Amino acid sequence: MSEHISSVKLYVGIWLALLAGTSLTVFAAFVDLGPFNTIVALSIATIKAILVVLFFMHVKYAHEKMTKLVIVTAIFFLFILLALSMADYGTRLWS
Amino acid sequence: MHNSPAATATHEAHQNPAHLHHFATAQQQKDAASLGMWLFLVTEVMFFGGMFCAYLVYRYWYFGDFGAASKSLAIELGAVNTAVLICSSLTVAMAVRCAQVGKQKAMVVYLLLTIALGLAFLGIKGIEYREKFVQHHVPGQASFHLDEHIPGHPDTPVNQQHAQVYFSLYFAMTGMHALHMIIGVGLFAFLTYQAWKGAYSPEYYTPVENAGLYWHFVDIVWIYLFPLLYLIDRHP
Amino acid sequence: MATAVVEPGERETYLNREYGIKSWLLIVDHKRIALLYLMGITFFFFIGGFFALLIRLELLTPAGDLVQADTYNKLFTMHGQVMIFFFLIPAVPAVLGNFLIPIMIGAKDLAFPRINLLSWYLYIIAGVLMLYTILAGGVDTGWTFYVPLSTEFLKTNVITAAVAVFISGFSSIFTGLNFIVTIHRMRAPGMTWNRLPLFVWAHYATSIIQVLGTPVVAIAIVLVALERLFHLGIFNPTLGGDPLLFQHLFWFYSHPAVYIMIVPGMGIVSEVVCCFSRKRIFGYQAMAMALLGIAVVGFLVWAHHMFVAGISVYAALIFSLLSYFVAVPSAIKVFNWTSTMYKGSITYQTPMLYAFGFIGLFTIGGLTGLFLAALGIDIHVTDTYFVVAHFHYIMVGGMVMAYMAGMHFWWPKISGRMYPEGWGRLAALIVFIGFNLTFFPQFILGYMGMPRRYWDYSRAPEFQILNVLSTAGATILAVGYLLPMVYFLWSMRYGKPAPDNPWNAAGLEWTIPSPPSTFNFDEQPVVTWEAYNYDEIKGEVPVAQ
Repeated sequence: MSEHISSVKLYVGIWLALLAGTSLTVFAAFVDLGPFNTIVALSIATIKAILVVLFFMHVKYAHEKMTKLVIVTAIFFLFILLALSMADYGTRLWS
Repeated sequence: MHNSPAATATHEAHQNPAHLHHFATAQQQKDAASLGMWLFLVTEVMFFGGMFCAYLVYRYWYFGDFGAASKSLAIELGAVNTAVLICSSLTVAMAVRCAQVGKQKAMVVYLLLTIALGLAFLGIKGIEYREKFVQHHVPGQASFHLDEHIPGHPDTPVNQQHAQVYFSLYFAMTGMHALHMIIGVGLFAFLTYQAWKGAYSPEYYTPVENAGLYWHFVDIVWIYLFPLLYLIDRHP
Repeated sequence: MATAVVEPGERETYLNREYGIKSWLLIVDHKRIALLYLMGITFFFFIGGFFALLIRLELLTPAGDLVQADTYNKLFTMHGQVMIFFFLIPAVPAVLGNFLIPIMIGAKDLAFPRINLLSWYLYIIAGVLMLYTILAGGVDTGWTFYVPLSTEFLKTNVITAAVAVFISGFSSIFTGLNFIVTIHRMRAPGMTWNRLPLFVWAHYATSIIQVLGTPVVAIAIVLVALERLFHLGIFNPTLGGDPLLFQHLFWFYSHPAVYIMIVPGMGIVSEVVCCFSRKRIFGYQAMAMALLGIAVVGFLVWAHHMFVAGISVYAALIFSLLSYFVAVPSAIKVFNWTSTMYKGSITYQTPMLYAFGFIGLFTIGGLTGLFLAALGIDIHVTDTYFVVAHFHYIMVGGMVMAYMAGMHFWWPKISGRMYPEGWGRLAALIVFIGFNLTFFPQFILGYMGMPRRYWDYSRAPEFQILNVLSTAGATILAVGYLLPMVYFLWSMRYGKPAPDNPWNAAGLEWTIPSPPSTFNFDEQPVVTWEAYNYDEIKGEVPVAQ
């Protein structure tokens, strides 16, 4: 069974995109965007993470659907941990 | 060593160090190993996730103090380290690719580069940690003192206790990350030796690929740690 | 390695293939590893039981006159930690799961046999560390390690206990990981997901919980250790921390952990009920989906352990509602087992007696869980013996009974010997009586207001009569658990040799000899039949001798 072999050009392209993302996030940190600073920083980080997962970790070319299901499951349960914990912390001062 | 084609084929089947008897085919074994590594990464996501949860809670509570404490980190070193890890992810991907196309020598070079970059990351981290010790930014010490004000409020000094919570999380999260880097470097040292001995080929490079997955994961953790720890509130 | 000592004419099995200690300690055969685990968990069960007996002895009288208060704290802590981490969590998966899953799916071994052995070594290392903790003076944090007690105020062996639990967690994670990959990748041709025995589905669901939940308690423990060692303020309120953060991280795992403990038992009950009713399971799809439902929804309810700890009332509302939802898949399973038995041809061998016990007692335990999920009731009974009774009904009345059912059901396959059926039934009866006598009074005690973890109740001497009944029950229960120890060991030498299929049961494990040969199957099976095909299997359960 042949595994997909990515081209060197693709890898270098992703590498450059990641470096560009890093520069962008550092630059954006020095600009006053108010509450959006956090959102911008995390969005750039997420895009970088997605690039690493899809291309460096070959998930885009994985023939197994399980791989994608496993990743989504992990993210989902991490989200549950964070969201339901914040349901407590975020509402403690409400009454 | 036998020379007839049939015998050579059989010999090669036995040569394949992979083929463990309880698997029916090499593909089944490869798929099992890959799924196993991805499941291990799930446990790592939840492991670091617990610390990200703690970070989320305290950043929500002490946003100003976290911003102040974050400023004391050297953003240049953090950014350089981020770039170092990104380069190491490239070298890992290239090493796997070399295994896939049978370029053994180039694979060894890329693996060595990965190790070098990993050690560079750890070295820079060491410098940063030393800075923290020198500046008395180590939490739990009586000598802790952070001389900062809340960003945007020049008259409000930072709350020392809340700053210590920040640094506790800083050391816990980057320390755990560094521990994973050290393990990764050790793993890759072993892989480099095996690769140099010729253990990996286009037919069998599963350990390289799976170790690569681990390395990329550790890179992704840093991709999130960098903005969350270093870039909270940098605008003047 | 000792050479094979199989006598001429004697069939080679996984037991007689090799002898010698190295052949056991370096083995990667899943069946031998299962037996290695059996020795460990039996040992820790009796250690945990010993602490329970001391607790019950102290509570015979209202005054705290048997042990000091600090010692009592150590007793209930060690009882909890040993029972939970070294018995309840590993017992069914590591013994019965390890032994049976490859056989049930038609494989030669688990996906990662060496990691399986590593899991056992991690369990043993953790166990040795826990024994050291006990011998070095014990730990008195409660099994829950709550902060800031565990980080700031105790001088006992908190860190060694924490490390022991941490290591045992990794044993659990690797077992779960192994099972998931095995079930996905190693099924024999024709063994589709819809033909899997529910025992396998149950372990699949359990493994998902193990992989997702255990790392979070691991990091919680790491943070407690760091805080204790370096005087950090992550959880310490006087230093800006929040003690409840620890509880969130702890219970995020520890609630799903109770499903790690019970779900494999549910898998056992499905197998036993079908065999001894001679019927297919009622609602196979619903049963399989209910297992997954328990696993998923079980992650959404953890803060119901924190209702009075100081979380926001709005969060409490959400978690209370979610806790009601998690009861639904469990209830579906109870209804379906009952429906399976309806118009079945039921016989009352020992495994079935334990399965009956499970269904009834798990239902009581589960319903009382719903009482606790109601905020109003919880405020009254939280941290009382009501909670203690609730979880013991599920863990002892449920899980331990299921474990006993499974051990009896598959003992012939594992050992090649029949256990004595008369003694088996007697022990089951003693366990049932002892269990109810021990724990039913505790519901009443809790409702009357007796707090848990108190070594002295002399301000409320009216509690004594129920406590005496409870202790009497505990003694009976102990006898009920010792009996199988004795007759299982006896049967290994003197028991009747077991046929391939002593119960005339469905399932691949009954198509191979008892005990199995090392690689399970002579040829890889090709499955063309559905699970629980009792309508095709001729004959009843053979009458016990």
